Amino acid sequence: MLYFSDLLQYSDVFLSGLKTTVELTVLTTILGVALGTVCATVRQYGNRASQRVVSVYVELIRNTPFIVQLFFIFFGLPALGMMLSPWQASMIALTINLGAYSAEIIRAGLASISKGQMEAAKVLGLNFRQTLTRVIFIPAFEKIYPALTSQCIIVMLGSAVISQISVQDLTYAANLVQSRNFRAFESYFVTALMYLGLSILLRFAFNALGKRLFAYRTAN
Amino acid sequence: MSLVNLHQVHKYYGDHHVLKGIDLDIKAGEVVSIIGKSGSGKSTLLRCINGLEQYQQGGITVDGKEVTTDDIQMRRLALSVGMIFQNFNLFPHMTVGENVMLAPTIVLKKSKAEAEATARAMLEKVGLAEKFDSFPEKLSGGQQQRVAIARALAMSPKVLLCDEITSALDPELVGEVLKVLEQLAKEGITLVLVTHEMNFARDVGSRVVFMHQGKVWEQGDSKTLLSNPQTDELKQFIGAVL
Repeated sequence: MLYFSDLLQYSDVFLSGLKTTVELTVLTTILGVALGTVCATVRQYGNRASQRVVSVYVELIRNTPFIVQLFFIFFGLPALGMMLSPWQASMIALTINLGAYSAEIIRAGLASISKGQMEAAKVLGLNFRQTLTRVIFIPAFEKIYPALTSQCIIVMLGSAVISQISVQDLTYAANLVQSRNFRAFESYFVTALMYLGLSILLRFAFNALGKRLFAYRTAN
Repeated sequence: MSLVNLHQVHKYYGDHHVLKGIDLDIKAGEVVSIIGKSGSGKSTLLRCINGLEQYQQGGITVDGKEVTTDDIQMRRLALSVGMIFQNFNLFPHMTVGENVMLAPTIVLKKSKAEAEATARAMLEKVGLAEKFDSFPEKLSGGQQQRVAIARALAMSPKVLLCDEITSALDPELVGEVLKVLEQLAKEGITLVLVTHEMNFARDVGSRVVFMHQGKVWEQGDSKTLLSNPQTDELKQFIGAVL
């Protein structure tokens, strides 16, 4: 028999876990995409040396497991005198992870913009920064928006791993509850549903943002 | 006093010698058509004048100032040289009005109201006043190119460079763009066009420059040059295109 009602007394635990997951997701999505944008710009338009630095970072992150990155930051860095709280370590790990993956996605978007757009901006007298922010970014992001938002959701789901360094996120809550009342099925079932709901909500939010950013596609 | 001056300009793409010592002098108010086979260096020449391409030897001046590909120089140059491209290169995420207003607001730092007034006036000039709020992809090729002309004019350039601006257009749309250029020529703006429109070059242009193998092969008054070419190469070229 299944006893979902046994979870009710732990609703506070679940809710606070959910809150932590949402907070970390929102923060790391913003910071990670910002980092990815900077890295993509450098990799697409920067000089040889800076391109190389970014490539090393991107390949390092994309070719190692997330949990190892997380453990390295949380357990490894204190050896260099850098003590981080579990929450801080998770924040950093998630951000640099999303930063690396989104850098490659965003670079694809930048590469898809014709050279003529850059030249048109140049002959009108725009400087490089103005050209990027006013002319290049919006059409570039539009091209890769579905891939980018999927990556953000992958990172949100991957954040379940941070419960391993005792960040009290949603997965941590599930672990805690089932260790108290041994209702593993119920606990993980409800948690899975909450992640599912969160993913759907995120997709809605991204779609709404996309409609605003890329309104020109549907206008007149 | 010359507005654009090229003195012994050489340009290489790697080992490929594209421009082999170009001398050219363009005065304010002239309408100069550059003609020639593809690969003769016409577009490269044009792109050197506004700093989009670097040249290796010689010198180019516009309005007395030297042209380099240096970033700051190039932005200063953009204030006196406008350019229109074969593929229009309008910004797809901005309305027609925003396309025209962009550079005046963020480069010339005009107020929004002032920039909008200029934009509306320029769009009126190219016959597209009613398209102010439309997005480029809703316009025909000819309309898009006219918007591109308005966008360049909004910066009040001293000279307007046109790089095969009718080549990507359907034949029935070429006329509307040429009509706008003709109007501009009448108003006295300096035009330098790379073109395949021989009729336009003859009837509207004041001078034709024929390029061949990276050199200015022959040049002169548009009517006399096209009806009475001197070199075999130009005779052959005119025979081929007419």
